[in-house]
Amino acid sequence: MASGQQWVLVEMVQALYEAPAYHLVLEGILILWIIRLLFSKTYKLQERSDLTEKEKEDLIEEWQPEPLVPLMSKDHPSLNYDIVTGPPSHKIIVNGKECINFASFNFLGFLDNERVKQKALTSLRRYGVGTCGPRGFYGTFDVHLELEDRLAKFMKTEEAIIYSYGFATIASAIPAYSKRGDIVFVDEAACFSIQKGLQASRSFIKYFKHNDMEDLERLLKEQEIEDQRNPRKARVTRRFIVVEGLYINTADVCPLPDLVKLKYKYKVRIFLEESMSFGVLGEHGRGVTEHFGVNIDDIDLISANMENAVASIGGFCCGRSFVIDHQRLSGQGYCFSASLPPMLAAAAIEALNIMEEDPEIFTILREKCKHVHKALQEIPGVKVVGEAYAPALHLQLERSSGSRDTDVRMLRSIVDYCLERQIALTLARYLDKEERFLPPPSIRVVVTIEQTEEDIEKAASCIREAALAILK
Amino acid sequence: MQRSTQNHRNNHVVHNASLYNKPFVEQFEETPLLVAVLTYVGYGILTIFGYLRDFLRNRGVEKCHVARERDEQKDFVPLYQDFENFYTRNLYMRIRDNWNRPICSVPGAKMDLVERASKDYNWTFEHTGKVVKDVINMGSYNYLGFAENTGMCADSATGSTHKYGVGVGSTRYEMGNLDIHEELEQLVARFLGVESSMAFGMGFATNSMNIPALAGKGCLILSDELNHASLVLGARLSGATIRVFKHNNMVSLEKLLRDAIVHGQPRTHRPWKKILILVEGIYSMEGSIVRLPEVIALKKHYKAYLYLDEAHSIGALGPRGGGVVDYFGLDPKDVDIMMGTFTKSFGAAGGYIGGKRELIDYLRSHSHSSIYATAMSPPVSQQIITSMKIIMGEDDTTLGAERLKQLSENTTYFRRKLREMGFIIYGNDDSPVVPMMLYMPAKIGAFGREMLKRNIGTVVVGFPATPIIESRARFCVSAAHTRDMLDTVSHLSETRTHTCTRHA
Repeated sequence: MASGQQWVLVEMVQALYEAPAYHLVLEGILILWIIRLLFSKTYKLQERSDLTEKEKEDLIEEWQPEPLVPLMSKDHPSLNYDIVTGPPSHKIIVNGKECINFASFNFLGFLDNERVKQKALTSLRRYGVGTCGPRGFYGTFDVHLELEDRLAKFMKTEEAIIYSYGFATIASAIPAYSKRGDIVFVDEAACFSIQKGLQASRSFIKYFKHNDMEDLERLLKEQEIEDQRNPRKARVTRRFIVVEGLYINTADVCPLPDLVKLKYKYKVRIFLEESMSFGVLGEHGRGVTEHFGVNIDDIDLISANMENAVASIGGFCCGRSFVIDHQRLSGQGYCFSASLPPMLAAAAIEALNIMEEDPEIFTILREKCKHVHKALQEIPGVKVVGEAYAPALHLQLERSSGSRDTDVRMLRSIVDYCLERQIALTLARYLDKEERFLPPPSIRVVVTIEQTEEDIEKAASCIREAALAILK
Repeated sequence: MQRSTQNHRNNHVVHNASLYNKPFVEQFEETPLLVAVLTYVGYGILTIFGYLRDFLRNRGVEKCHVARERDEQKDFVPLYQDFENFYTRNLYMRIRDNWNRPICSVPGAKMDLVERASKDYNWTFEHTGKVVKDVINMGSYNYLGFAENTGMCADSATGSTHKYGVGVGSTRYEMGNLDIHEELEQLVARFLGVESSMAFGMGFATNSMNIPALAGKGCLILSDELNHASLVLGARLSGATIRVFKHNNMVSLEKLLRDAIVHGQPRTHRPWKKILILVEGIYSMEGSIVRLPEVIALKKHYKAYLYLDEAHSIGALGPRGGGVVDYFGLDPKDVDIMMGTFTKSFGAAGGYIGGKRELIDYLRSHSHSSIYATAMSPPVSQQIITSMKIIMGEDDTTLGAERLKQLSENTTYFRRKLREMGFIIYGNDDSPVVPMMLYMPAKIGAFGREMLKRNIGTVVVGFPATPIIESRARFCVSAAHTRDMLDTVSHLSETRTHTCTRHA
């Protein structure tokens, strides 16, 4: 109503007259200030540089980047890979010479097994080679589901998940569970893929001395004290221990029963990496849990690659459904990558079949490992590093010359000497600058079930000769 | 040179049209307002229901199918936060049957699906034992139709399996460098037109293992907004500073480059050691093609290095199948690092990096893959060799050229057809990846299921692979598709979707 409005207006004008002077002045200043802010130009701190356009152009002209890659010396060893002609089987042709293979991780001899090849071929004739898609988008084949089922049954766990690349398995599994703010206790001798998984997870990493349970307990106790100081944070911080069954860098076994005790005492979860021990340890080849008689449900996650004993490509994780199912949506190497080619999965299934039919092969393999371990003792100048039943041993120099390069060169001469005499060996390779705890240079000796007594004797005597000749 | 119309977002305007030798037409229509509102409302309702059901599950009223922690470990810190899995439990579970569909045949133009049924609303699946035959496959990345179990590729892979076996058992640096790998790498270098190349066993790992070898602390990585997870992971693992520019937006990229060089590293203002630009050839969720001529012009002017990930574009674009470089008619030597995968157009698995000899020599000794990861399987390598020779025409047939032409025609035809029917299609007119917008959450499930009922296998994607209101169905056109198949797919798409997916 007009009269009502007029009445309100009158009231307002009256209020203006009745207000104290300072009140009006203050409000007036505030209004002027707001108007000024509204109309002033905004600026971002970053762009407020004192450089003119010409100076910027000069800077851009002058800037010289480093070369994309640093120059490599012409005789860098990596520029000359050893070339293998033909299959990497027991008798391997390296650089044109036929040798006995002590370098490929073919523990159970499945690389040239006819049954495995036949199954792979059947699968090839049915599905072709590639899967043309990730698991989520028509890349899941019935072969994959069958392999996962078989692996779960073999390991006696609830569920298994397969990856198309061995390296990516543990490197995708760790960041799926451990996030920023969580704590991971890792053995110093952990392999490179574990280190990459830890780096991707952005968690706090605490290294404990290799196989030293007391050091680990000390770290766990320290963490417990931290927790008591901040119980709210402790309630949401997940903790994990990551260890390998058989370490690839030192060829010894982790003390699993002690780890399980620590797990329940300090409420930490265990992730076990079994690439070297799957298909090697245990009465039926189930790995280090069977070797020690530990209940497999006590281990939260077991991860292994199928590129060693199983002689295929890829990797798998197994455990309880509660744990494994999470990776189907958060494992980066699973969701964002094409699935394993079906013929490789079929080859792995057949390898599992053979492993289940004939558990004797594991005992035979372990006997051979002991044999090799014994034969390589007493070589002057080199020492054998690793457990007697480990299938991949290291030969290190007893006394280092002081420089890593010289050591590597000496060991390489031993390897070359043996290659000349038809024993195929290889140096264990590492990325010197990227490894957290760089292992000392060594020669890798791999035991396979196909090696005979004569082969082992020949290799041992050859290495002995080489050591005598080169390490005078 | 065509200009984009008023509807399009500003970042898809071609700025420097003189660098292009053919029209560059990309369209990303804005979401109509009504559709956006309805989509948010839909998600809101789903969220409320989600909270309700969580509440009922906690109280025990509703049966809980979620796997539980062991009793012995009940007092451990919970492995998952409840909230992290809210989306999975309440939204993803409802429409989970659209993904992970198992197949039991070659993933070619038509495939056989294993029939699944769920009695408990997608918590568990059972195989009924029946097979759904001859489903038109619009989901597999089979651009040139090399996913086949007969023919030259399969025969040569068979021969390779007989000769080499399936596994390798060692890394490239140790005892895993087979002669077939050397042959493959020389062929890839010839195909791309570069000096040298190196092959790796997994496409994802190619990025995540090699970017850290090329960039480190003190370097700057400029990465496109919509880059693939493998590129993001590789950039993170490298330890370099990462800055993101708007998708395919050259203005944004130039601004970042200028600022970086002028101001140097944050706080210390030291000059950057090197600048690496990460882009992809075709972006698989948008269907857009990178503006390579402009990127190369920028890179030359500002002395940055270019890393081009051609996962989807190698073999699928270009008159000779050489990828985006071939498509734009540019010189492969201008791209510093050409990376790609063998999974999509070659029907195999694995990835490669091509470039100058010094680059590849450096990667041979410093890439994580050559030292720690097992080498590529021989039959897979052989499949790549054979299919690449076919594409290059070195097998004395015209099969490769025919397939390239067929793919290009199929792409143009399919996109035109869908657009005529009024669907909103994203992406470049020449890209074989065709995203069709659905927007609403209910449509994601409905579209996937209805198409399957009519024997067409499609891929639907929602959050978190896409922004929350931009869910879409993605078709991958293949050279193996016939015109009839494409007609069937487009007609059935029309009958099964509502008017909201059409132009505003």
